[in-house]
Amino acid sequence: MKMNLVAILRVAVRALNRNKLRTALTMLGIIIGVGAVIAMVSIGQGAQAMVQDQINGMGSNMMMIMPGNIFFGGASLGAGAASTLTEEDVQAMVREIPTIAAASPVVRASGQFVFGNQNWFAQIQGANEKFPLIRNWKVERGEFFTDLDVRSADRVVVLGKTVADKLFAGIDPVGQMIRIRNLPFRVIGVLAPKGQSMVGQDQDDTAVVPYTTVQKKLLAQQIPSIHQAMLSSVSAQASAVTEKQVTELLRQRHKIQPGQTDDFLVRSLTDVAQASAQVTTLMTILLGSIAAISLIVGGIGIMNIMLVSVTERTREIGIRMAVGARPNTIRLQFLTESLVLSLAGGAVGVVIGGTLATLVSRVLGWPTLVSALSVLISFAFATAIGIFFGYYPAHKAAALDPIDALRYE
Amino acid sequence: MNTQLAQSLNRSSAKHDSDLTTPSAPSLRSAQPLLGLRPLGLAPRALLCEEGNALIRLDRIHKVYHMGDVEVHALRGVSLEIHRGEFVAIMGPSGSGKSTMMNIIGCLDHPTKGHYFLEGSDVSQVDKAGLADIRNKSIGFVFQSFNLVPRTSALENIELPLIYAGIPAGERMRRARAALGEVGLADRERSMPNQLSGGQQQRVALARALVNNPSLILADEPTGSLDTRTSVEVMEIFQRLNRNRNLTVIVVTHEPDIAHYANRIIQFRDGRIRRDFSVENGKDAGEVLMELPRETEDEEESGGPAGSKEAGAKE
Repeated sequence: MKMNLVAILRVAVRALNRNKLRTALTMLGIIIGVGAVIAMVSIGQGAQAMVQDQINGMGSNMMMIMPGNIFFGGASLGAGAASTLTEEDVQAMVREIPTIAAASPVVRASGQFVFGNQNWFAQIQGANEKFPLIRNWKVERGEFFTDLDVRSADRVVVLGKTVADKLFAGIDPVGQMIRIRNLPFRVIGVLAPKGQSMVGQDQDDTAVVPYTTVQKKLLAQQIPSIHQAMLSSVSAQASAVTEKQVTELLRQRHKIQPGQTDDFLVRSLTDVAQASAQVTTLMTILLGSIAAISLIVGGIGIMNIMLVSVTERTREIGIRMAVGARPNTIRLQFLTESLVLSLAGGAVGVVIGGTLATLVSRVLGWPTLVSALSVLISFAFATAIGIFFGYYPAHKAAALDPIDALRYE
Repeated sequence: MNTQLAQSLNRSSAKHDSDLTTPSAPSLRSAQPLLGLRPLGLAPRALLCEEGNALIRLDRIHKVYHMGDVEVHALRGVSLEIHRGEFVAIMGPSGSGKSTMMNIIGCLDHPTKGHYFLEGSDVSQVDKAGLADIRNKSIGFVFQSFNLVPRTSALENIELPLIYAGIPAGERMRRARAALGEVGLADRERSMPNQLSGGQQQRVALARALVNNPSLILADEPTGSLDTRTSVEVMEIFQRLNRNRNLTVIVVTHEPDIAHYANRIIQFRDGRIRRDFSVENGKDAGEVLMELPRETEDEEESGGPAGSKEAGAKE
């Protein structure tokens, strides 16, 4: 090709400049298409990131073990145990499964918290000193309780942010004495704020106490029992192995025969994470493909206008051919025009889509994610559309006979 | 095939360029400024009329069109030679085959049978891209309806052939300006075609035909849309180019008046050459122009050198 690309580009831009309104309207199709793709994919990815954030916030690679349905089913199984899950089970897991990083029994309670003339009703979680590690939850002020506190069932409490704020307006809670269910407790720490859970629950409306204290002091159990166990695997990759080994160990310890159902339930957060990631990915794909359809509609608009343009400019094409434009050069010129249209539209679309995504996510409080990848993909898409829908009109222009084209009225 | 042809074209032009160094050439060249022509830096492709080496040689050209089931025999074995430096008028009633002839000579169409040698090369079977290159290098077109690209300035219109020749932007601009000056419209380079009068548009078209320094100017009814005075002005430019730069000019026309500015007239009828004769004491457009009454409005000082006053011309 003799004619250089800069000259071709200049001719294309000049041609588009000659009919500004039409060019702008044609571009609008691509602008809306690309803008929609960018906005939709960004919003989708933002939602995905938010879900991921919350899952990570619950504790890295965390797993919950709950007594099974059998316990509530009415059918008597085992020797009348109040719970199918015991402290010993938890200890055995830590001892025998190497992929477990930390584990803790969970005993739940609730009650009235009183400080001075303030009071607040909150959930109480009984756990051991591994709680911050398993839940990936830092202590903002003060400190967490130790294994000594657990062993001696000390009346110490680490407050969630909400509880701390409700009881201590403007006072440092650490070191203060409060009453929980009328029993005096010393506040030794305040947890960092965590915000809402996936189901919209305030995770900070809680307090953590040694589980032994809950068993002996708050619930005053005759035979200490635990409600759940929580544990974390050493890594996300190891959680599948951990889950399998936990199941095997507990079946063995609970003497469950092959073919019998488990009397416990292992819920891995990676399962939850994967499930919700799947849902949000599906949503992203769905939104993205709806947007992609509008991009295709924009492409059809380009083809339409290019066809009109070729017909309108038949004579011009004839002139260009007469003065020495090869059919290939004409083809390239019209292809360049549709490419300029789609790429310029794409650029404006990226800006508009990005702005839209930022606005939407700000309103919904989601993290914005206008990823370089989605920008790249929609540009590639716009280019492909420019070439695909520009090819036929360009081909039609190149196939014109110069004599007929020159005579065209 | 194309590259071979292009090479042979280059070779022939190089050969003619070297003719400039022969003693007869400088006198022609030095005569140019006196006649108000800027040298342009464009060396005429050929200064000498070479016997036996015609610029155009047609050998029993036939052209048959198929219109549905009907065969139209537009050319029935035309043989013809045109040499460098000739000013030829092709005449004939409509349907005589003169337009077909022009399309074939202009490399816009292939003959059905026969051979066409342009600058010594057989171009009758060259493909579309190759023909485009030949048109770009060797032929300048002027049409009845001017055929300027609309909403594109005069200068940009003139640049077109240079763009397709792959000439860099700076040189394009320089050569386009020079060509515009040569047709006396140096001050209208930014004007759009619809801001120019018919005569001015045709002169821009002429500049475009000239700019790539072709061996042949092919004009199809160049005065068909112009009034008498403007027609003579355009013919004056043709004559000037033909005489001063030894440019070969072929004009297709049905007006005997216009044909008599040429040195040779070829008359077509029913797809054959009916008459082919030299014009004895042909008209000189410059002289005719002097005798024509000047127009009060839209006054154009044509025949004058480049850069003459054109500011008065308005739409």
